[in-house]
Amino acid sequence: MSTAIEPEATSASPAVNPRGIGRRGDAHPGATRGRGPRESLFSRTGAMIVMAVFTFYFLVPIWWLLVASTKDRGQLFSTNPLWFADFQLFENIGALFDYRNGVYLRWILNSLLYAGLGAVVATVLAAMCGYALAKYRFPGRETIFNVVLGGVLVPATALALPLFLLFSRVQLTDTFWAVFLPSVVSPFGVYLSRVFAEASVPDELLEASRLDGAGELRTFFTVSIRLMFPALVTVFLFQFVTIWNNFFLPLIMLRSEELFPVTYGLYAWNSTINQFPELRTYVLVGSLLSIIPLIITFLLLQRYWRTGLGSGSLK
Amino acid sequence: MRHTKRAVTAALLTSAALALTGCAAGDASSSGDAASCEPAGEDVTLEFTSWIPGIEDAVAAWNDENPDIQVEVQTGPNGNSGTYQNFFNQLEAGNAPDLGQIEYDALPNFRVQDGLENLAVCEDVVAAQDQFLDWTWGQVSLGTDDEAYGIPQDQGPMALFYRSDLFEQNGIDVPTTWDEYRTAAEAIREQGGYITNFSQTDINQFAGFVWQAGGEWFANDGDAWDVELTSDASVQVAEYWQDLIENDLVSTYPAWTDEWNNAYNSGEVWTWNSAVWGANSIASGAPDTAGNWSVALAPQWASGDAAAGNWGGSSIAVFKGTDHLYEAAKFALWLNTSDEALTILNEQAAIYPATKAGLELPTLTAGVEFYGGQAIYDVFAEASTQVDPDFVWGPTMTQVYADVSDGFKGAASGSSTLVEALEKGQASTIDALEAQSIPVAE
Repeated sequence: MSTAIEPEATSASPAVNPRGIGRRGDAHPGATRGRGPRESLFSRTGAMIVMAVFTFYFLVPIWWLLVASTKDRGQLFSTNPLWFADFQLFENIGALFDYRNGVYLRWILNSLLYAGLGAVVATVLAAMCGYALAKYRFPGRETIFNVVLGGVLVPATALALPLFLLFSRVQLTDTFWAVFLPSVVSPFGVYLSRVFAEASVPDELLEASRLDGAGELRTFFTVSIRLMFPALVTVFLFQFVTIWNNFFLPLIMLRSEELFPVTYGLYAWNSTINQFPELRTYVLVGSLLSIIPLIITFLLLQRYWRTGLGSGSLK
Repeated sequence: MRHTKRAVTAALLTSAALALTGCAAGDASSSGDAASCEPAGEDVTLEFTSWIPGIEDAVAAWNDENPDIQVEVQTGPNGNSGTYQNFFNQLEAGNAPDLGQIEYDALPNFRVQDGLENLAVCEDVVAAQDQFLDWTWGQVSLGTDDEAYGIPQDQGPMALFYRSDLFEQNGIDVPTTWDEYRTAAEAIREQGGYITNFSQTDINQFAGFVWQAGGEWFANDGDAWDVELTSDASVQVAEYWQDLIENDLVSTYPAWTDEWNNAYNSGEVWTWNSAVWGANSIASGAPDTAGNWSVALAPQWASGDAAAGNWGGSSIAVFKGTDHLYEAAKFALWLNTSDEALTILNEQAAIYPATKAGLELPTLTAGVEFYGGQAIYDVFAEASTQVDPDFVWGPTMTQVYADVSDGFKGAASGSSTLVEALEKGQASTIDALEAQSIPVAE
């Protein structure tokens, strides 16, 4: 369930946010203020209605998920799908955590590890790469950048099978690395980092720190990375969500249950509920719980994310 | 997906071939592809992929008793949801597990891709054949006399689940023939209900009906495949259900959805022609109807007949490239014939065994509370002796199901008919076989 909802939510926000920023920027001068009320009645109501419809559209499935998670198996089909029956959420969560020695918790931890650690490493790599492409002049720079840019266009799904065959050759399938290594590569992160490094790290500052005797690495980690921070949060969030939702790669790579991320684990359960109906409750409750880490990450980093996207789009 | 796979296959063909010969060089057998079935003489570890929850418990019991043959369980989604594709990828990459769960209708696909070991080279396997129901063995011998590409694990003999309370209250006799079934359907429609729901998506259920009618969808003479989706029996079954659909005597909810469950739970739909594993589906999907269901043998095409269809069932197969055929076969036999394993599998995952002795397990002869205490598994045990052993699946069942299902959806909405759907399926199946260079008999 979460896999179905999240990609839409994330793909929608970058489209909406920059415009939001832009409009707010325009709204500050007094001129727009005076013009505001006349068009607001019509266009603002219209905008609000559109927003409300979309909010409703995105929230109803989550509401359904929440309600369904609180029911026992019998009530799931026999009671109103959008309203509570007997409130059993905590019993259901307990049963889920008990099932098969808590394999679900293991999956959550795996997901956090793949997505959290993977996104951190991916962000650092992307930042260094983007920074280098923006601030150093060397032969082949544009070629490298264009190749990376081309990488943005190749969907991760198309790469999963070739990756599987490659990893098979080095006997790394069905290991932690099979999912982790491909996850630390983020062409989009490199692109964003380069754009942002060009905009926000002044050459004068770099020269100053060189004059003061700082090495290139030190300059990068103490000066530049701070200036790039908002963009890096964006890269981190993007990559975190991408890895969290990347379901096809684990599907192809992993066979051992203890390595599964939560999306794949839930999918595996969900694929057998016709045969094993008792899994249905676990899939529902598991899906509900699995979106919580994403929500927390977004709420915590939302501020940076907006700034990052805004600055990127202005440039 | 297929195209990507093809392209990659082509690109990596040389390297894969090198890898394969590299592995094969280690094997003793150099004559042909028939691996020998000899014990390794040392401790071995087998990899086994299955999506059955709780199968680890059975494997743990085996591992305790067989320190020299340890089995590691790997898991994944249900076969058609990804595990089969993974098997194919792994076969290409040369790192397939030793053993895997494969449903009967998918075995021919793996067979034509040369992904399976012939277990009949193992004496133990040949000796065990008599323990299985003839027709379950037929599902793994794939129509041959002396080959076996898996050990049957479970089966899905079909019978009639019906609301005994509603039939009784309304004075309607439980149908024993399909003619009576139609008559009952009219009587039930007058009460505002439907006799059953015709599923547009469960094409293997429909195949079960054809199977019961003595029809076949595929045949293989050793050289080429016959495609017979429009055989007489198949058309007869299609016309029968078409008539029920056109006269609004059956509902057409998409199966396995909430509204489908609700139709059963609310008593709108009265019967379900389903397999033995359907017993749990009803119990979980229609909990309010507990105690009101019974099971009878399926309606027959002619009064006095005794034929049953089958829906589902799977086998444990051994993949090409294993170094431990003997041990793998030994484990697969134990898993699917020993009382110990079958009891665990039945308790953990409601696996309905494919052996004759397995049908007499204590858990399978007791009354079931949800069915008013009826010993429903006795009915299925009887049905399973009535299944035709000659029914063969084709090598592209996923495609067949998808194409026929498309047509059936049209029939359910009234824009086409079931027979037309089968005709289209027939044509597209032949195309699909030819596209894969699988010989088709004219």
